[in-house]
Amino acid sequence: MTLHLSEQDRAFLDGKHGRAGRFAMSILVRMAEAQGATAMLDITGAHIDSTVYQGEATLEFAEHLAELGGQVTVPSSVNVSGVDPEGWREWAVPEDWAMKAYRQMQAYQSMGCTPTWTCAPYQTAMRPRFGQQIAWGESNAIAFANSVIGARTERYPDLMDICAAITGRVPALGLHLDENRRGELLMRLVDVPIEIQRDDTFCTVLGFLMGQIAQERIPVIEGVEILPTEDDLKMMGAGGASAGAVALFHIVGVTPEASTTATAFGGREPEETFDIDLATLQRARRELTTNDRDTVDMVALGSPHFSLAEFERLAPLLKGRRKHDNVEFLVTTSRMMRALAEQAGLLEPLREFGARITVDTCILTTPMLPESITQIMTNSAKYAYYSPGLLNARVAFGGIADCVETAVNGKVSRDERVWGAGA
Amino acid sequence: MSVIQGRVLVEGSAAGAALTSTEPLSFWGGYDQFTGEVIDRRHPLSGADAVGTVLVLPASRGSSTTAAVLLEAIRRENAPAVIITRGTDRFLTLAAIVAHEMYDRTIGIVSVDADGFEQLLGAGQLEVTPDGQITRPD
Repeated sequence: MTLHLSEQDRAFLDGKHGRAGRFAMSILVRMAEAQGATAMLDITGAHIDSTVYQGEATLEFAEHLAELGGQVTVPSSVNVSGVDPEGWREWAVPEDWAMKAYRQMQAYQSMGCTPTWTCAPYQTAMRPRFGQQIAWGESNAIAFANSVIGARTERYPDLMDICAAITGRVPALGLHLDENRRGELLMRLVDVPIEIQRDDTFCTVLGFLMGQIAQERIPVIEGVEILPTEDDLKMMGAGGASAGAVALFHIVGVTPEASTTATAFGGREPEETFDIDLATLQRARRELTTNDRDTVDMVALGSPHFSLAEFERLAPLLKGRRKHDNVEFLVTTSRMMRALAEQAGLLEPLREFGARITVDTCILTTPMLPESITQIMTNSAKYAYYSPGLLNARVAFGGIADCVETAVNGKVSRDERVWGAGA
Repeated sequence: MSVIQGRVLVEGSAAGAALTSTEPLSFWGGYDQFTGEVIDRRHPLSGADAVGTVLVLPASRGSSTTAAVLLEAIRRENAPAVIITRGTDRFLTLAAIVAHEMYDRTIGIVSVDADGFEQLLGAGQLEVTPDGQITRPD
């Protein structure tokens, strides 16, 4: 197995497209060799997750590429950064962190990236189209682009996504190739009541379960009787990419490469079949909750970043009400989505409720929360999965209406009529 | 004593304490790059100090930021000495390649097949040579 490089690839390696091009291509070629690729292919878009400041190394990497004259050669959106440049002083972000995270943002902007600063780039004008070859970072965005849109991307690590954006090339492997996009295992919903499926946490819980079961394989889900919204599918992908490494899932009758179960499997048999009943979903939902007391310090919404449709759903729930003094109520989103929500008149009820909005980043990627916040309520499987390790915080999971009730009452308040007590 | 031949993805060597698990680990949210502790509270290795060890995992999990976290850990010398995975893990491999390109310092990344992986589970000590030979003394 030898890697065949095009003339253009060699030109990059020889430094004919500048020093950054040589640096980026040499990393891509070493990766292609490690993964056993035999060729490279062209991409026409990228989403850069390397923007997340994780310490000196990520900043040095970004500034190194920028100093070498790196410029992206395909349209490239950027993921969340390590700081909200406007709002960080209102929170516990250390000044040194803010300055360095901001420098890292500047480095990526100087390389020609479009300043989207969001983990939901599929809800911006940079959304790819069906069949488009792209190099995306950010696990939830990868799952959405592949599964819901039918674009083609591997799970790109931070640092590699920008190399792909600079050269416009990636190893021809994995989910870029049609033959690797077929389903591998079947998850069959069995007797899952329609009122459960209509609940706004259903797709989130199903996504979390999908991650646990599938790990890095491609699941096909059969038996979904509702038409999930884009936000439902976004929450599902985020759950699957947190609890597992799901980069592509098919839902029969919903996602574009799964008009039928046979199509989703490309004519092959599933490697394994899992029956998912109500009890399985209730167990998964329970696992998202790790809190050890009834009171909460914060309600956090917006992972992945809150959309306009989610602001439309939230605003009437808050109208005329006020959160409890002991609870912070935070929504994380992009600056563009915040502006759209403002224009639509959806932010006034949030302000009156006492809610705060953080843009360009999220609670997991910037050290904004004071140590006093140890109990969080959220509707996000991603926040629920990562908060214990990253924030040393425990989480109560519930729907968006439960989150609002909890913020008003100051303690976990869940409507248990649909899911049953304790789920 | 057993000897397994792995495939070298990034060259490195180690002889010493091993940490092994059948559970994948997301380094982002699962590994503290400033201390080298495994911090995913749902992971069986939670609380373990992985600095300088031979870390045996099936793969990384979830987040694409895993590569950035491992790069910072390598830069701070808080990384394992060698990571062995079942098959190629591009996140961990990339971090080691970038560390090599940027800092001229790296860690070993070695892949083994499913049978080899089984033989490494539960090892207290492992020795890995630059050509990918893995020796389990116990």
